[in-house]
Formats: sequence, structure tokens, C-alpha cells
Amino acid sequence: MKLPPLLQVEALHVRYPVRKGLFGATSGYVNAVDGVSLTLERGETLGLVGESGCGKSTLGRTVLALQRPSSGQVFFRNQDLFSLPPEKLKQQRRFAQLVFQNPKACFDPRRTVGSSVRMALDIQEMLEPSERDDAVAAIFAKVGLRPEHRFRYPHELSGGQLQRIGIARALVLQPSLIVCDEPVSALDVSVQAQILNLLRDLREEFELALLFVSHNLAVVEYIADRVAVMYYGRIVEIAPRQRLFENPQHPYTQALLSAVPSMDLGRRDEPVPRLGDPPDPVHLPTGCRFRNRCPLAFERCAVSEPEAVEVAPGHSVACWAAMPAEPAPSLASASTN
Amino acid sequence: MLMTSPPSHAKPLLDIRALQTQFKSERGTVNAVQGVDLTIAPGEILGLVGESGSGKSVLALSILRLIQSPGTIAGGEILFDGRDVLGMSKKELTQLRGRDIGIIFQQPHGCLNPVRRIGWQVAEPLRHQGGLDRRAAWDGAIALLRSVGIPAPEEKALAYPHQLSGGQAQRVMIAIALALKPRLLIADEPTTALDVTIQAQILELLRESCRNFGTSLLLVTHDLGVVAKLADRVAVMYAGRIVEDGPVAEMLVEPQHPYARGLLRAAPRLGNAGAGRLQDIPGGIPDLSRPSPGCAFAPRCEVRRSLQLGRCLTEQPPFQTSHAGHRTRCWATDRSINPPQSVSEMSLPLEGRP
Repeated sequence: MKLPPLLQVEALHVRYPVRKGLFGATSGYVNAVDGVSLTLERGETLGLVGESGCGKSTLGRTVLALQRPSSGQVFFRNQDLFSLPPEKLKQQRRFAQLVFQNPKACFDPRRTVGSSVRMALDIQEMLEPSERDDAVAAIFAKVGLRPEHRFRYPHELSGGQLQRIGIARALVLQPSLIVCDEPVSALDVSVQAQILNLLRDLREEFELALLFVSHNLAVVEYIADRVAVMYYGRIVEIAPRQRLFENPQHPYTQALLSAVPSMDLGRRDEPVPRLGDPPDPVHLPTGCRFRNRCPLAFERCAVSEPEAVEVAPGHSVACWAAMPAEPAPSLASASTN
Repeated sequence: MLMTSPPSHAKPLLDIRALQTQFKSERGTVNAVQGVDLTIAPGEILGLVGESGSGKSVLALSILRLIQSPGTIAGGEILFDGRDVLGMSKKELTQLRGRDIGIIFQQPHGCLNPVRRIGWQVAEPLRHQGGLDRRAAWDGAIALLRSVGIPAPEEKALAYPHQLSGGQAQRVMIAIALALKPRLLIADEPTTALDVTIQAQILELLRESCRNFGTSLLLVTHDLGVVAKLADRVAVMYAGRIVEDGPVAEMLVEPQHPYARGLLRAAPRLGNAGAGRLQDIPGGIPDLSRPSPGCAFAPRCEVRRSLQLGRCLTEQPPFQTSHAGHRTRCWATDRSINPPQSVSEMSLPLEGRP
């Protein structure tokens, strides 16, 4: 029998109330995650891309049980996270860790970074207390730092060094999943490459699954095995990396890819996709939520929301124009197998 | 079509010579800009590339004399259209800022007045420096908002900054910066805070605006893709110095300086996932309060290590002009001391690029 996936998200919804006025009456809801189902296998890296505000960070936090969903389920290591009692949930948390975007903001400024990493072991009561300092030193070496770095304070270290420690803090608990929320966005190019390479090496060594949240498509292409494209709460396209980048089917994915500035000078005068401004997340259009920015939208898109349909093995698209069996005059049917 | 750079003998619009900007701190003097020479020709788009802490923003602010205490401009010259910026009176400076040189920052929302309607913020330079009356300035503001692609500008002019998206706010900033048709626009990371789809549109807007008005653009960015989209010429800055500067076609295909080459290899690119591991640049940026006598990049430089050049650590390399309009500060590429073949052997190949 095939092993169940490490992480299974089913019909997940997270909605935030929007409050107005002096007494905070709820005036509407933002559906930050609006019906997301996905799976993540052991050792696999899933890239999650989308514009700011599309709900990718909320999805990442909900997977870690840092945010309660309004409905839907998250199964992690065969357990339904949101039906676990607090003590059991704490045990599960050890196996799913988070690396943050801004390494300068995620450490206690009055604590040495070594003791911040040790704190993770203390909280989870991993190892004997006498062994914990050695474990911290060992994990510092793994992420390319010297043992004496443990005794520094966050302000004494550079962004790249702090992000290594952020990774060390996640890794010291020997997790099976790390959610990386824009882990290299705050770093310079030369340091970004160091951190990406480090993540790639550690992933191999520890058989880690990564949920890699990023708005940078080139970074995701470098690190992910599979890529999911999110648009205002929904996953509109998901495919193996190579397939998504070479043969994107959803018009939103296509627009995102063609908007990335190319290093090829011959292409500098190519027209840019005109998507217009992003919608107000409280008032998304009826039917397909991408409809008002979509170059291919036709009548059907206003009537009902497209469900994700598998167009090739592992490649699902939620778009009426990309449906293989439907009348799809505008999108090349030659590109679907 | 690639725009070719204006001939180098044309009189530059902006001429920076040996500029030094320092910040006094408890830990000593931080030399953020250490002797920068740079020119921008009329109508030229210059991309200024560097990582955080390289001094590129300080250089941009120095041009407008917007450096505040404890920072000072400690030496050098800035000539704008032949006029000495460092010797200007307050009144002349007011005219320089806005009318001659416009500026756009990274965070548009942080630069707009949150309690004023955006129409008036765009109209302000037209009234106070352009000499228009209220009515004419308002109409001018609406025309400007339309030209930067704000939909329904008559209504949007009445909006407050918090009612705008990031992309719209950046368009408003561009409208304000272009209000008086400046001859030079400084854009400091204009799209870094924006999503990629919005970034593409803002870059196109910047390029079209500069072409239409014949405005020069100093584009400060850390993103080589942004440079590839807009720039005619590229200058790479490291630890307060320009280390290389040349036409964009050469700088993006075969830069000379090891740091410039490293930057190009370290950035992941779309469609290059199969090309193997990214080559990072080991180490980090140096402490600018303790300047080294040699090249600031030497401690991280692989070319220095493999050529075993001792000179890099002890002596600052001068600029070498390899051919017209392309200069590099590097002992390893200095042809007067290294025969050319050893350089091409040592300079690491940029795989997959012509």
C-alpha cells in the first residue's frame, strides 16, 4: 500500500472578518484561503507563488496550526491537527517548523542566538538538558556557522547569518516539514544564493519536505519540485516544476511568468502583460475570481467558478478556457496532452 | 531595439567627481561613498546596481544634497548641467529639487502625505514651483495622473493615499516627480515593494516617460532584471565605490569585475533551473567604518585567491578603461600588469551565455 502523504490539506477555508466603525461591527469577510486542497510528500518541495495578499502566507500558517481554519482539515503525519488536544498538538509542532521572511525581526534581541535555538529544544523537552548545548553547536555547524556564533546577539550578525540561524532553529527539532515564508526576500542576491543552496543541501540530508512560499518565480523554479499558483484564496494551477514553467495553462500563471523582467536584452521591448490592479479581496468578482483581469474571459467565467481539472498527470488547472474537453477557442489546445 | 548610449564626448547632464559622503557614528566614521566618479548623459538611463549597504542610496541622496546629520558630504564635486550643486544656496537647491531633478522612493506610501488628497499633492509642485494658479494646477495634476495610467483620474485625484494600492501610489509618486518635467529623474528601488505584474507596468511607464520627455534616469536597484529592462548603461557599486561601469549589453553578458560576474551568476533566472547549482559569493559586505587599504572585495574574491594577487589586499586598484565607455577597478583585469590570456583563463566562464 502506498504511504499516505506527509501533509494533506482538504477543502481548507480561512476567513478574516473586516471590521468597520467605532464598535468594530463586522462589515464583510476576506476569504484568505478559499477552498484549498493539496498534498505534500515526504522530502518534497512545493513552491507556493502568488501576489501579495493572495493568501499564501495564511495557508502556510494554517498548515502549521498557527491559524485556525474556518472549515476544512489539515492532516499532518496522519493526524487531524485541528482535532488534537493541546498536548498532542504541541508534540506534532516539533515536526513542522517555520522559517520567517525577515531574519532580523524573528529573534529576541536580548538573548544570544544560541540560547534562542536552545529554547526550541527546551520547549519541546528534546534530549537531556546536558546534551542540548552540544546539539545547538552541531546544528550551527550544519548551517555553516562557527560554534562561537552561538554567543552573539542578533544585532551583531548579518541578515544572511541570522537567516542561517533561523534555519538552524527550525532544524534542531529534526522536523519533517519546514514552511519557508519568503525566506530569501529580505536578502541580497549573493547571500540569497547561499541560503537557497543551504536549503537544497539540508533538504537532501534530512529528507525534509518544504512548503516554500515566495513571490519570486525564479527562486521557486530553482528550489521547488512542484509549484502551486495561488490567486486570492484559490490554487488556480498546480504542476510539476518543469511543466508549470514550460507549459503554463492558466492565464494568470502565464501573466506572472511573462511579467518577470528578462535578462535577455533582445526581449526588453516586449509588451508587458496588462493585468490592471488587483481586486479588493472583500469584493471578488462572481464566477471566476480572476475574470476581471483575464484576457481570455468569456460569458461562462462570470456564471460559475471553475474547479481544478487535471489536464496532464499531476497538472491541474482551474480555468474555463483551459478545460481540455470544453470549447476553448482562445487557448491553444495543442498544448494540452 | 536597443537604445545606444549617447556618445561619450557629449556634455554630461550630471557629472559627479570624487564624491565622498560620510556618516559619523560612535564606532567611527562610516565611509558610505568613497570617491565616486560618475556621469549621466542627457536622455540616458543609468542603472546603479549594488547590494544593501553598498552606498547606492546614499549616492542618490547626495546628488540632491538630502544627506542629513550625522552624514556629511566630505569631498568631491557634483555638477548638474555645469552648475556646482555642493555650492548652491538654499534657494537654488529648492529649484534643483523638483524642477531640475525629481526623485522616486521605494515605499510610495511612506512618501505621500496621508491627510491630503492625492490631486493636491500632485498639484503642489505645479503651484509653488510651476507658478500655476489653483485651478490650472488641479487640471495639470489630473492630466499628469492620466498620463501615468491612473484610471478615472478626476475621481482618483480626490482619494487619499490609503485608498490607493501600492502600484497606484507609485504611479502617483511618478506623476509628482515628473510634474515639472525635470531633466533628471532619480528612482531608488522604484519597484522593489511591488508585485511582479505591477512592477512590469511601472518599469514600462518609467521608460516611456523618460523617452517622451527626454529625461535622464538614475535607476538605483539591486535587481539585474530591472536593469536589463531599462538601462542604457550600468554601474556596479561595492562598499562605497563604483567597481565597474559600462554599456548594458556588455555588463549583462560579460562583465569584467569578479564582483559583477558573481552577482550575475548568483541570481536565479527563469528558465535556468536545469543549469545546476547557483554560485553564491561567500562571505558578506565589509565594515565601512574600517576601510581596507586594498580592494574592498578582495577578501571574498575567488580570482584574487586563485591568481594569488597580494596587491589586492594592500593597494586600491585604479580604474582601467578597457575600451570606450567601459571601465573596471580590478588588479586582476588590469592588462598593464597581467597579460590578457591569463585573465581570460582565470575569469570564470559564464556558462550558457554567449
